[in-house]
Amino acid sequence: MDINDLRSIMTVVSLITFLGVVWWAYGVKGNKQRFEEAAMLPFSDEEADRAELGLDANGQRNAR
Amino acid sequence: MREAQSTYNYKVVRQFAVMTVIWGIVGMLVGVIIAAQLVWPELNFGPWLHFGRLRPLHTNAVIFAFGGCALFATSYYVVQRTCHTRLFSDGLAAFTFWGWQLIIVLAAVTLPLGMTTGKEYAELEWPIDILITVVWVAYAVVFFGTIAKRKVTHIYVANWFYGGFILAVALLHVVNSAEIPVTLTKSYSAYAGVQDAMVQWWYGHNAVGFFLTAGFLGMMYYFVPKQAGRPVYSYRLSVVHFWALIFTYMWAGPHHLHYTALPDWTQSVGMVFSLILLAPSWGGMINGVMTLSGAWHKLRDDPILKFLITSLSFYGMSTFEGPMMSIKTVNALSHYTDWTVGHVHSGALGWVAMVSIGSVYYLLPRLFGKSEMASVKLITVHFWVATIGVVLYIASMWIAGVMQGLMWRAVNVDGTLTYSFVESVKASYPFWAIRFLGGLLFLVGMLVMAYNMFKTIAGGRSVDDARVMQPAAHHA
Repeated sequence: MDINDLRSIMTVVSLITFLGVVWWAYGVKGNKQRFEEAAMLPFSDEEADRAELGLDANGQRNAR
Repeated sequence: MREAQSTYNYKVVRQFAVMTVIWGIVGMLVGVIIAAQLVWPELNFGPWLHFGRLRPLHTNAVIFAFGGCALFATSYYVVQRTCHTRLFSDGLAAFTFWGWQLIIVLAAVTLPLGMTTGKEYAELEWPIDILITVVWVAYAVVFFGTIAKRKVTHIYVANWFYGGFILAVALLHVVNSAEIPVTLTKSYSAYAGVQDAMVQWWYGHNAVGFFLTAGFLGMMYYFVPKQAGRPVYSYRLSVVHFWALIFTYMWAGPHHLHYTALPDWTQSVGMVFSLILLAPSWGGMINGVMTLSGAWHKLRDDPILKFLITSLSFYGMSTFEGPMMSIKTVNALSHYTDWTVGHVHSGALGWVAMVSIGSVYYLLPRLFGKSEMASVKLITVHFWVATIGVVLYIASMWIAGVMQGLMWRAVNVDGTLTYSFVESVKASYPFWAIRFLGGLLFLVGMLVMAYNMFKTIAGGRSVDDARVMQPAAHHA
């Protein structure tokens, strides 16, 4: 086996890795919900947002 | 431990956010000065303030001082908020702030004195390189330590990008900075000849890919959804975006060495991977822009969103332009001309600076106990001044660059060169003047931002009591 075989194997492995990532992201059923949950993470602390902007629960400005 | 009493560490975020603006002004001012030196060579005073010494000062200041502080500030904020926990170590976090500021000051002293390794974007001499390594390891410990003690199951994708950026920059810095010291202020690279060039541009292009892209994509994935008030367009696309981007960027460096002593096959590998890069880059850009889908009206009167979305447009433009310029035949025209300078600034001003500016405008009121910046109108002013500045800058550099490339390759029928080099310099003057004006406008925008920032700070208080909230939808 010469180095060119290794290079070919490397290319094929890389392609399979990429297809694996795509499959993991789009193909695996269980991941859909996982990713949807993760996507909401920036919004899981609305209370903290309101607190630091000095807003009340309705998004109105507090008379501080 | 009573979690309800725990607060977020906003002190270090606040310090880095304020210094982002300060170093932005310093770095861009040096940029405007060297742009002026090209138009008026009389402005080269003595050895210390000569173009050749101020140019690395400009690049180091805008990339590592302005960009670096923006990355520290936003990553420390985002990782705390999306992990629902305080930073891993207050002491280490403070150490990264003061350590990073010391590095910046040392750079500002040593570079004008002419102490340099001569490696682009890695000019700092070996004692500073060691300090950078120490601070960076502390940064990694604080960041990954915070992720390790997160109160939620998932690691939000912005943190993947920040984490990838921290790990890759550590690797790049250590490998490219391998050098043999001869005195306290002088060292020689551990590599020689074409290997040295290849290591340098493996570092150089990945500095673009990981320092100037992956980290700022982390910003995009948090601040665009937050400011738009809706989750990212496709989280699954962001997963593919991440893995494809970090895998591909690593191999694109050789396109900086087209038609050099570098083996031809290596140049071709660099070109092919640069072309492939278009796909993940545009995947990420579309993901960010489409987050606004159905809420486009918010762009009309939200200047922070204007900054963020415009930055993505420039990101899309420069990541289209980059792969095109990596094609060998295009590179034969563009390389060593001002086209490259225009391309870099389309990315640096249009993408990196604008996404940072938008994110810092988002952060400042929250860090100083205000509901918004002292003047929202001035953010809009900043946006338009900056946008016009970038457009003037890159348009003038495109024209100058293509013109220089065409003049340098023009030959007479007898095979002699049509133009001498100095004729292309002379023809470039008007465009260098327009570039100076564009850069000046961008700097003016930063001054407006600084004024707005100090007005916001003046009426505010340092928020150190932002309580860590239990995640609203806790699925652990």
